[in-house]
Amino acid sequence: MHWLGAAGFGAMVSKNALAGSDEAAARINEITGGAEGDDALIILDLPEIAENGNAVKVAFDIDSPMTEENYVKAVHILADGNPEPEVATFNFSPAMGACYATTRMRLSKTQKVYVVAAFSDGSYGSASATVKVTIGGCGG
Amino acid sequence: MAKVKPRVKVPKTADAGEIIEIKTLISHPMHSGRAVDGDGNLVPRQIIHSFRASFNGKLVMSVDLKPSVSANPFFTFPFKATASGTFDFIWIEDGGKEYTKSKKISIG
Repeated sequence: MHWLGAAGFGAMVSKNALAGSDEAAARINEITGGAEGDDALIILDLPEIAENGNAVKVAFDIDSPMTEENYVKAVHILADGNPEPEVATFNFSPAMGACYATTRMRLSKTQKVYVVAAFSDGSYGSASATVKVTIGGCGG
Repeated sequence: MAKVKPRVKVPKTADAGEIIEIKTLISHPMHSGRAVDGDGNLVPRQIIHSFRASFNGKLVMSVDLKPSVSANPFFTFPFKATASGTFDFIWIEDGGKEYTKSKKISIG
């Protein structure tokens, strides 16, 4: 597997990250119940350019004490240009001691990727970034 | 279908309170249900749709996977080691087939 721009970049959370497009936006709205995103600290690490859309590394790191009183309950990864915007949902527990994870996803074309975090106090946070895809990853 | 094989990397030992990193990988094609084979036939959906990691019987984290997760699903995530014990990892495929792997860790 090859990819350009492997250096990636960190995207700080922004409130308008929740203002996504179409289906992804609808799904994000379902998750958050339309709540405004918090200014929580989410670092999203994605390549700027993915040569191969079949395996695009996605990593996120969320600043949370991960205690019983205050932890990240779930993190949703969504890609607004895929046939189905939902990529994966991570369900977390305080036993982790920190809040980060890495996985690899398929991206069918150049699109925006969103990470939406649900905190134990009922608030939400999000971050997003655009990944340029050279060869799409939804066919054979 | 190629053999489905789960693999996990967990440190054998850790200090009490240390945050360790767990790496998991399962070799699996993750057929999205959208790709066609060499004869132009649609390959039916067959994915790992669920992953769970537990420690000493208690759920640590889980993942719901959609067809957009790449083939050979790979995860890394942290865990705060406080006691010796056993991790149990389980991957569930469409149709309900389960793949499992266990790893031990000792503290001190």
